[in-house]
Amino acid sequence: MKYADEFRDPAAAKPLLAAITAAVDDLGATKDKPVSIMEICGGHTHAIFRYGLDKLTPEGLEFIHGPGCPVCVLPMARVDECIELAERPEVIFTTFGDAMRVPGSKKSLLQAKADGSDIRMVYSPLDALEIARRNPTREVVFFGLGFETTTPSTAFSILQAAAEGLTNFTVFCNHITVPPPIKALLDDPRMVLDGFVGPGHVSMVIGLRPYDFIAKDYGKPIVVAGFEPLDLLQAVLMVLHQIRDGRAEVENQYARVVPEEGNPAAIAACESVYEPRESFEWRGLGEIDLSGLKIREAYGAFDAERKFSIGYGAPRAKTAEPEGTMCGEVMSGRIKPPQCPHFGKTCTPETPLGALMVSSEGACSAYQQYGAIDLRRSAKAAVEPAE
Amino acid sequence: MCLGIPGKIVAIEDEARHLATVDVSGVRRAVNVLPVEGNGPLEDLIGRYVLVHVGFAMSLIDEAEAKRTLEALNELGEAQEEIAAMRASQDALGTQP
Repeated sequence: MKYADEFRDPAAAKPLLAAITAAVDDLGATKDKPVSIMEICGGHTHAIFRYGLDKLTPEGLEFIHGPGCPVCVLPMARVDECIELAERPEVIFTTFGDAMRVPGSKKSLLQAKADGSDIRMVYSPLDALEIARRNPTREVVFFGLGFETTTPSTAFSILQAAAEGLTNFTVFCNHITVPPPIKALLDDPRMVLDGFVGPGHVSMVIGLRPYDFIAKDYGKPIVVAGFEPLDLLQAVLMVLHQIRDGRAEVENQYARVVPEEGNPAAIAACESVYEPRESFEWRGLGEIDLSGLKIREAYGAFDAERKFSIGYGAPRAKTAEPEGTMCGEVMSGRIKPPQCPHFGKTCTPETPLGALMVSSEGACSAYQQYGAIDLRRSAKAAVEPAE
Repeated sequence: MCLGIPGKIVAIEDEARHLATVDVSGVRRAVNVLPVEGNGPLEDLIGRYVLVHVGFAMSLIDEAEAKRTLEALNELGEAQEEIAAMRASQDALGTQP
């Protein structure tokens, strides 16, 4: 119980863990036939490893780590396109720091910056806007990256740029949405999932209704959760109780922050600025229908794809992932990170081959960071191994 | 970048651009409050706690929730990352004409 001592409130964790054990027993789940719950959000994956929740909970409960880390699902081809944009002499390329170390097919943004491209890390698209105001003779491109937590910020920034009449600010829009990959995983016959822990801060923006299909069409429970260990345990217990009772509902463990309707102003800004792409490529998962966003024609002046004829608006070459890496299998929960031959050997947080090793929210980095390599458990995957 | 970080609105900076000064663990920066404005005057937001996502206040929260969230983010190392990114971004703006 090494990690339990680190809980701020260990007394509160004990009854929750006992209730989880009882619920897993009630379901008859065992090490060999576990109940599998996917935490969708990378922040949750990080918290599960940080507190060792996978070790504190019974063997009959398996956490499957979901695709909710935007840096991790960014395909190499997109990184290559970022670098192509950044290498244009007139461009100041602005990006969240998280994207800097993601490997492209030739180099990362960090290496491109070292090679002389004008690449600037910003905390917010607001700072990219400010750089555009201060550099009227340069083209400022902001790399729009992330799920529904960052998507509205980019939309508001485009609306602000339009209101000011800025002509040297564009967005390279690679925003993605949470529900479509969940649908893709549920449609994959190799996946065996019994329920979901839903993302907290994404849900704060989009609300609960976008998850209805998980309960209604697929008959699976989903419980939106906060980021504290007690939140996560509580949410897992709520999922287990739904399974035990034969219910499939969208429940909200994090109601103190997540309103059922989400944030209406953010939703409205996104609807006016973006439209869904027919499909979008996810590293490890392939093309997923309606999973990415592009900038509507009305705001085309702020779209780097249109302005520089790059990205999904242009013909693009498929970029192969590094030889022998199994990022896709890890991403879709088919294997655990230590089952990849590169894990911890040729692929480490210092020299990542795949994006799952780059971000602290990536499953591989979390395994590496917290030493959560319990071979007894990681050797058993919850689903059949990939072909 | 994915997780919001709690902060307290301490002043209104630029009403037209919906910018308020938000104190995030001692770092002050301009934050767009449009997503949490509602219909009341902007001044009403002073003293309120918000969850800030990449420079935008996405949710009003109470003080106790702000404290809990900050503690959780600190333990994950995520708060430190966000605050470092905020500082670096401000420094970069300050030095680049």
